[in-house]
Amino acid sequence: MSTASQAVASGPAQPAPSAVTPGPAAPVRHWFRLFRSELRIIFRRPRNLALLGLLAAAPVFLGIVLRINTPPPGAGGGGGPSVFVGQIADNGVFLSLFTIYVLLPVVVPLAVAVVSGDSVAGEAGLGTLRTLLTVPAGRIRLLLTKYLAIVVFCLAAYLLIAALSLVLGAVLFPIGPVTLLSGDTISLAAGLVRLAMIVIYVVAALAALGAIGLALSTFTQHAIAVMAAVLVIVIVSQILDAVSQVAVIHPYLPTHFWLAFDALLRNPIAWANVLHGLASFAVYAVIFLAVAWTRMERADITS
Amino acid sequence: MTLAGPGLTADPDPGLVSPVGAGLAIETSGLAMRFRSGQLAVDHIDLAVPPGSVYGFLGPNGSGKTTTIRMLLGLVHPTGGSFRLLGTEADSGLDTVLPRVGALVEGPAFYPFLTGRQNLTRCDAADPTADLATAAARIDHALDQVGLLAAADKKYRAYSLGMKQRLGIAAGLLRPRDLMILDEPTNGLDPQGTREIRSLVKQIAAGGTTVFVSSHLLAEVEQICTYVGVMSTGKLVFQGPLGELRGRGEPRILIRTSDEATAAQVLRTLGLADIMAGQGQVTAPLGGHAPEKVNAELVGAGVPVAGLETVRPSLEDLFVALTGEGFDVNG
Repeated sequence: MSTASQAVASGPAQPAPSAVTPGPAAPVRHWFRLFRSELRIIFRRPRNLALLGLLAAAPVFLGIVLRINTPPPGAGGGGGPSVFVGQIADNGVFLSLFTIYVLLPVVVPLAVAVVSGDSVAGEAGLGTLRTLLTVPAGRIRLLLTKYLAIVVFCLAAYLLIAALSLVLGAVLFPIGPVTLLSGDTISLAAGLVRLAMIVIYVVAALAALGAIGLALSTFTQHAIAVMAAVLVIVIVSQILDAVSQVAVIHPYLPTHFWLAFDALLRNPIAWANVLHGLASFAVYAVIFLAVAWTRMERADITS
Repeated sequence: MTLAGPGLTADPDPGLVSPVGAGLAIETSGLAMRFRSGQLAVDHIDLAVPPGSVYGFLGPNGSGKTTTIRMLLGLVHPTGGSFRLLGTEADSGLDTVLPRVGALVEGPAFYPFLTGRQNLTRCDAADPTADLATAAARIDHALDQVGLLAAADKKYRAYSLGMKQRLGIAAGLLRPRDLMILDEPTNGLDPQGTREIRSLVKQIAAGGTTVFVSSHLLAEVEQICTYVGVMSTGKLVFQGPLGELRGRGEPRILIRTSDEATAAQVLRTLGLADIMAGQGQVTAPLGGHAPEKVNAELVGAGVPVAGLETVRPSLEDLFVALTGEGFDVNG
């Protein structure tokens, strides 16, 4: 074993050990490093990669099925996703809208439930939460970083879905100017802008759901319990939203405004609906982030 | 293996070390933890861990060791008392002092789908005061110190238990520390693994770091400890230098003979008390008697003495006696 003097002499010119200078020298750079590390944990976990693979498979499956058995133009005049199905034969852009619509109620929330369950409860179950907190990562610093990583995951999930279905739509179907729900036709470029706005809207909806999942995640060390609870919330909310007898609570349900993105497919855009939806998501996010914050600050880590 | 390395000097220039001062590395006063169930897991203990010592924190499983360590690291909140870590009052926040403390709590906990190196990178990334420029070198050095450099790119889930424990210690070595808190670092290890951990702890202590190491097996840590604290059902029943604990043991005389009855009779006549006999052995606390005189008396009385020796109770025996699990030399 080398002696202290050798240690100092043999080492390269060293900066003073960081223990000597307490307090973050570069808080932003250090935070960004933690954030990247969080993203790596999410995107390296085999289970999450399988989920993203599942999400990617959806547009491929739907595209091929609709190519083989293309609905006649203008088919499906009813509400819901059939609005988009009828237009796919004419315009591949609608494959993208159709996929976004179909995956929103259950499939993507499942992925968000998994990631938010892993975020705190999963780390507690694995024991890595105590490892990180004794580093010390900082309880609230870690929590907020984890929330931001969940939001990035939601964004990545929908960018993947939108981009892949757009490419497939262009390959499998003709593509051109987009006919809106209000009957107006806008250029393909303007249509893609609308598509981008829709992605931002649904990511905001999922970010609110992620806050709910994060809050639940601080109460248990069983990630699976959080996943189940988030899915129950999503499904019960949608069932209640379909029961007209409880219409009075509909605007307060977390999923009520999820599909209101069709407002972005009209001319002029029904901004009131869009903003109402975004406000609802913001309120949900703030409330549940506050719950998560309070809980994280005080909780005893016994896992 | 060397302790010198990039950004991590074993014993940096004294002028650079954050002074522990004359104060204690860990000092608790009436520290207590009552669970919601009402159970008093830690019963108002007053730990005093001298700087530079290797402090063995001993006690059977469930005696409150891990709960105490969790309180010291800010993972759980004490329900009573207070403590100072490296001179910093816990109430004023531990975040400024924890960077100077390396910790392994209740076994290593890492991500099974990441490699050893990726896991350490993750720990280092969580540190808001880590030296960014030397990260890669520090991580490799920590891996090297615990002998895991060759296995650095294997997935954590493929590690043996001993390798996992050593990776846990490596996480504590990512930067220079004034204090290392190791909770049961030898738990579940084979003798070989236990030896490896012991030599690691010795190395860390040789660099001037105070080491606070818990164990339920005294034998595993007695060779490295200078101080011990013994916990029993939430109470600190002994604290002091290891030698002081050793000195507590009373020597006993042990006679191997086929005639236990006569031997016991001779001992009684000599004035020895608490005589125990059985299985061809007779033992009793020696008191102030000279063993050779006892031997002469025995032989004089015609006792066939096959063997005679003075035994001091082992530390393990003393430890068990302190923690109240029965004490029987004939074991």
